[in-house]
Amino acid sequence: METTNENRISKSKDRHQKAAFFVFAVLGYFIVTILIAILSFIVIKGASVISWDFITKMPEEGMTKGGIYPAIIGTLYLVAGSMLFAFPIGVLAAIYMNEYVSDGVAKKFIRLMTNNLSGIPSIVFGLFGMALFVNKLGFGDSILAGSLTLGLLALPVVIRTTEEALKAVNDTFRHASYGLGATKWQTIRRVVLPMAFPNIITGLILSIGRVSGETAPILFTVAAYFLPKLPTSIFDQAMALPYHLYVISTSGTNIEESRPIAYGTALILIIIVLVCNLLANALRKYFNNKVKMS
Amino acid sequence: MIVGLLMLSSTITSLTVVLIVFFLFKEGVAVFEKKPVEDGYTIVINKNNKVRKLTSEEIKNIYDQKTTFWSQLGAKHDSIILFRVEDIANFYTEDQIGANFENLPSCLSSIVDSIPGIIAFFPEKYLAKNFKGKQLDIDKVSLKEFFGGEEWYPTAQPSAQLGVKPLILGTLWVSFGAILLALPLGLAAAIYMSEIADERIRRIMKPLIELLAGIPSVVYGFFGLVIIVPIIQKIFNLPVGETGLAGSIVLGIMALPTIITISEDAMRNTPREMKEASLALGASKWQTIYKIVIPYSISGISAAAILGIGRAVGETMAVLMVTGNAAVIPHSILEPMRTIPATIAAELGEAPSGGLHYKALFALGCILFVITLVINLTVEFVSSRRKGGNH
Amino acid sequence: MYKLESKHVDFFYGASQALKDINISIEENTVTALIGPSGCGKSTYLRLFNRMNDLISNTTIKGEVLIDGLDVYAKGVNVDSLRKKTGMVFQKPNPFPKTIFENVAYGLRVNGITDEKLIQERVESSIKKVVLWDEVKDKLKKSAFELSGGQQQRLCIARALAIQPSVILMDEPTSALDPISTAKIEELVYELKSKYTIVIVTHNMQQAARVSDKTAFFYLGELIEFNITRELFTNPMVERTQNYITGRFG
Repeated sequence: METTNENRISKSKDRHQKAAFFVFAVLGYFIVTILIAILSFIVIKGASVISWDFITKMPEEGMTKGGIYPAIIGTLYLVAGSMLFAFPIGVLAAIYMNEYVSDGVAKKFIRLMTNNLSGIPSIVFGLFGMALFVNKLGFGDSILAGSLTLGLLALPVVIRTTEEALKAVNDTFRHASYGLGATKWQTIRRVVLPMAFPNIITGLILSIGRVSGETAPILFTVAAYFLPKLPTSIFDQAMALPYHLYVISTSGTNIEESRPIAYGTALILIIIVLVCNLLANALRKYFNNKVKMS
Repeated sequence: MIVGLLMLSSTITSLTVVLIVFFLFKEGVAVFEKKPVEDGYTIVINKNNKVRKLTSEEIKNIYDQKTTFWSQLGAKHDSIILFRVEDIANFYTEDQIGANFENLPSCLSSIVDSIPGIIAFFPEKYLAKNFKGKQLDIDKVSLKEFFGGEEWYPTAQPSAQLGVKPLILGTLWVSFGAILLALPLGLAAAIYMSEIADERIRRIMKPLIELLAGIPSVVYGFFGLVIIVPIIQKIFNLPVGETGLAGSIVLGIMALPTIITISEDAMRNTPREMKEASLALGASKWQTIYKIVIPYSISGISAAAILGIGRAVGETMAVLMVTGNAAVIPHSILEPMRTIPATIAAELGEAPSGGLHYKALFALGCILFVITLVINLTVEFVSSRRKGGNH
Repeated sequence: MYKLESKHVDFFYGASQALKDINISIEENTVTALIGPSGCGKSTYLRLFNRMNDLISNTTIKGEVLIDGLDVYAKGVNVDSLRKKTGMVFQKPNPFPKTIFENVAYGLRVNGITDEKLIQERVESSIKKVVLWDEVKDKLKKSAFELSGGQQQRLCIARALAIQPSVILMDEPTSALDPISTAKIEELVYELKSKYTIVIVTHNMQQAARVSDKTAFFYLGELIEFNITRELFTNPMVERTQNYITGRFG
């Protein structure tokens, strides 16, 4: 009697588990399917558009023909400009927080601020960039204003990844260096930074991926719908890939005719993100192996 | 020297937040010092009219001809006669006004004087020195109007309507729709990845989902525009597919990586001994998941949900591209909606710097900032409780 | 018939062999201690009896592991029901993030018992068996994390007793506890012997000597010596056992 009852219970436990696991597996694969659907849709539609001309020619005939060269160049400028600003400041701030400040009010405050900075929506960065860089400092709609705005957005990412990289360096190395009579800065420069370097670079690459796809912060600080020539100074406006995609897919006059260009632009954006992710992973693996070997 | 430089960098970071708050609120709060009438314009009435003050809503109703008698506003029973500066041609010839409008002020003055029910809207510079009418007193934008007003029409003439209710509601509908879709899906995927799937499958799924997080929001928006919007239009047989639902679906997909990664991390942090103890007592794997793993990681899961909402609330481009952007109070998820970030993105470009509209958009930015701040602090609180509470 | 038995048991993690040809027979209502240096396979061996090693992927087992003469690795054995026959106590106290009451009731609930009165009775009698009742009877609704480490470990034993197993497997149950709590657990082991068959893994030889009837010494995956505890400690037959218990290596 006892055993039949036990059998019944264990059977029902089994049934529940099977049903639940089935549901979870289905939902898990459903998500993977969505992702693959999005990616393959854009890859398939965009692949036929991308050609050498597409990435090296100016747009033609109201953006229904030609290439997206100026948008690519604009995005390159913006990525370079924002990293020039965010990378040194972010790395230095992370070094300060990780190596110099002891756990206390100051550290807590900086941490709170960085956390909050990373939670602020990108459109708010756009508002701020417009108020400070474009209007108050008088840079106007320019590569400079756009780069600074994007740089602020990337700052918390750089800080966080750098801090993680520094934390991953075992304290014994620091102590060994101090033991040999090195100063704190010598220790950081000659021991800690070289060891943390690969992970810091990984963070840099990931933030490049993030910055190159951001639209909201550049809407009012730099982005132009169409420019007949390339920007020549940091006070010029520029076109940019994500803004280009937004404009030609929503508010152009020839939305239908420019669809192929939109697919191509979307694919280029995805390729940039993909390359950044793969590069970051590859670098991480490569350097990790090297550290293990030495 | 070096320490100074390092310190400076940290200071810049901290200062940025302070600066953002400062600029945002300086411009945003200034909206409440402005009158909802375009700078340099005035509204006048006949001097015998008892009305002294009108709110922006009353002015709008007059110009929409919903209010047609002064008695509705507590004055004499005259019908309201609308007058815009272009209407001057019905009263005077070009010669009488003068080639350079030099006589326009006196013309306007006598028109206002001769029509008892008139209400006229014209640039202040045409107000005659000995003007025979009465300038209306218009209240500054009030908090009540801003948060209680049901219409967002910042470029309306003569009086801008700055009610943020439709935008806040639009944001909430779209975001909660998104989380309603993404939370169950994301949790299921997290459970599958952390507890059920074997390591090999997990090693394929995890980077894929991280990649999903890296895709720019315009690309999601574009995907939504060309795929999801037409599908919704077809399925529900709607005039347009750009609806709150389209926004919720796109945002839901975008929130998935956040929800999956964070809740998966939390579940994997469940001590192995705890799971083993449960299994050793004869619990099945599934019983162990829902009786031990989920309760143990509940704070991480809530943090994931809140962060997912945060991501949805602040997202701009994708929403802007698929929700249709109608600034009306939504009644169903199948209507076009407009969120706060989308409003800023769509309108800031055409709002003259420093004007009422510009400042109103900054005020929207303030609202957004406060919402996300609350969300961040909640997450911090929830996760600190996890660290402090259990052990 | 022996209560617990293993016959020619080999166990592999992937390609590396963790246990080599282990033969042990354990009588009912005895305490058996498993000793040996870390990594010798004593915990792995313990976990064969309730198939906890199944949780690790890529493991293989050869030979027979028997409880009451039945092979636990035979086809068609329901692992959940098997685990109900054995209670397990772990290295660190690991109560669930639930109330004291619900911790002990957990095993009953997951095994389909819904009769609240029965659950009440079992929880109370289990907690009384581990001599914890007086300390917790007024705070059964409080979180188990509020208890001290020693109390938590006794609660975990009560949790294991509630499902009425006949075998209790203990994996270094006192390694995270202070001497007083350790003494209480040892006392408990001695008392529980009358009703249960207990296998205890320990790295503490004094403990093995104090609580167990028989002791098995493991080294590098092999069973070096298995004998009556007093014999093994006073008159070991193998030199390696001698070296280990006198502290010459380990």
